[in-house]
Amino acid sequence: MLAEPHRRVKRRPFELVSEKLIEALICVCGFSAIIFVFSIFFFVLREGAPFLSRLQMGEFLFSTEWFPTSQTQPKFGVGALVVGTLSVTILAMIIAVPFGLGAAVFVSEFCAGKAKETLKVVIELLAAIPSVVWGFIGLTVMSPIVINTFHVPIGINMFNGAILLALMSVPIMVSIGEDALKAVPDSYREAALALGATKWQLVYRVLLPAAKNGLLAAVLLGVGRAIGETMAVLMATGHSVRIPKTIFDPVRTLTATIAAELGETSKGSDHYQVLFLIGVLLFTITFVVNLSADLVIKGIRKK
Amino acid sequence: MSGVQYSITARDLCLWYGKFQALKNVDVKIQHGLITGLIGPSGCGKTTLLRCFNRVNERYGYVTTTGEIKILNKNIYDPDVSLIELRKSVGMVFQRPNPLPISVYENVVFGLRVHKERAALKKSTLNQAVEEALTEVGLWKDLKDRLQTKATGLQLEQQQKLCIARLLPLKPEVILMDEPCSALDVEGARAIEELMFELKGRYTMVIVTHNMAQARRVSDECIFMLLGELIEHARTEDMFLTPANPKTAEYIEGRYG
Repeated sequence: MLAEPHRRVKRRPFELVSEKLIEALICVCGFSAIIFVFSIFFFVLREGAPFLSRLQMGEFLFSTEWFPTSQTQPKFGVGALVVGTLSVTILAMIIAVPFGLGAAVFVSEFCAGKAKETLKVVIELLAAIPSVVWGFIGLTVMSPIVINTFHVPIGINMFNGAILLALMSVPIMVSIGEDALKAVPDSYREAALALGATKWQLVYRVLLPAAKNGLLAAVLLGVGRAIGETMAVLMATGHSVRIPKTIFDPVRTLTATIAAELGETSKGSDHYQVLFLIGVLLFTITFVVNLSADLVIKGIRKK
Repeated sequence: MSGVQYSITARDLCLWYGKFQALKNVDVKIQHGLITGLIGPSGCGKTTLLRCFNRVNERYGYVTTTGEIKILNKNIYDPDVSLIELRKSVGMVFQRPNPLPISVYENVVFGLRVHKERAALKKSTLNQAVEEALTEVGLWKDLKDRLQTKATGLQLEQQQKLCIARLLPLKPEVILMDEPCSALDVEGARAIEELMFELKGRYTMVIVTHNMAQARRVSDECIFMLLGELIEHARTEDMFLTPANPKTAEYIEGRYG
């Protein structure tokens, strides 16, 4: 073995090439996300672009008249759909944020051993339920409950959809939120406890401020999930184009519109192109949400 | 022996982590107003003993403790003892400075906010408490214009002083220190030691240290522990000059540990 030490030092050409190859491969993996985002945006925009020249932006965004299939005078106003998406999402978040963050705090701080493990597994199972199944639950279980509890004529409405969305985004918030709390150094907990803080004082005086970036990220991932969700809201919100007056009015969302109508249009028609523009609009909304989240987090960090 | 006051009296103290016995029948009396050093090789139970005095050991569910520890004439392992009140009178300083990730000001008043009714906390009271505590640890001059900056951004030495300062508004009887200088440089360590001298007399301090020279410099009395047992408890000079137990002598001479 000692007779041939230089053999190990001298690398074979194959090794040198494979080293470079792997480096390049990893580099591609790293940049692929950027490539994918831009190419998706590009292709979606390309399908809808021809209509942009004939589109009146004000009417498109703020008109609530959505008659895409009219023979004589089709109207493409997505105002009601935008309001539908935003209202369902906001209502869902009002329900989900306290619930999700509360669960995260409970799992991370108040719960130990077997109970904790079981809870985590079950909560993650909740995330594994397909959205169509949530839609079923909305139609068959939630709808009669909503009718009987609140004495409203229709059970398939914004409230129903928001509850489903809340339930769907809670698991994400819990697991990301729990990670954020777990990342708070244990020395903070010891410091607060050694000063005589109770568990609850520890949570709201120390842990919540210390983990606020991670918790905000958890909430925003939940928002992203809720805005982008399609099938459950298509089935549970009533799918009717209008500006809701109460939370028990049916609404229609941007995502559900695309899913329901794209199959019925002929490729290249105005209707087809407008649906793609709605896709671009959705893209923009989520982009703005993410970007503002980033800015908020950076702002907090500077302080 | 008359006139000697004891802040902490432990009797027949045993502690298990799961099945492992970390403290074996420890009896100890710690005098009021002195600095008592806890020395011994790693794993001898000195930090465990220290953490018994404010019951912070019990955070981990698998700890069992028997025996009694009397602080201010009350057995702190009695079932009716409030951990919150206990920790108010027994403060703790940790190995790594651990100021909370809030402002310097809020760090100092954290104890007051936790222990006092909201109505009792007037702005002027809090301001006064902050000024007093920071003056006592010698930080007021440096930090009085930076009270609202985040405490985690200070120099390590300042952080550790702040960790001592935040105990003071609660007027603790005892301050426990778990290797308070081991994360600091020479200058920082000296500053903390000087601070300990200034606080001596008003507070009873118990300090765990690995540093023999430090134990000799700062402590009035020393306790030597080995494998969970208390081997020797004596005045520091006596222990370092004429240790009673051969094991103590060997440790101090550096034969093991």
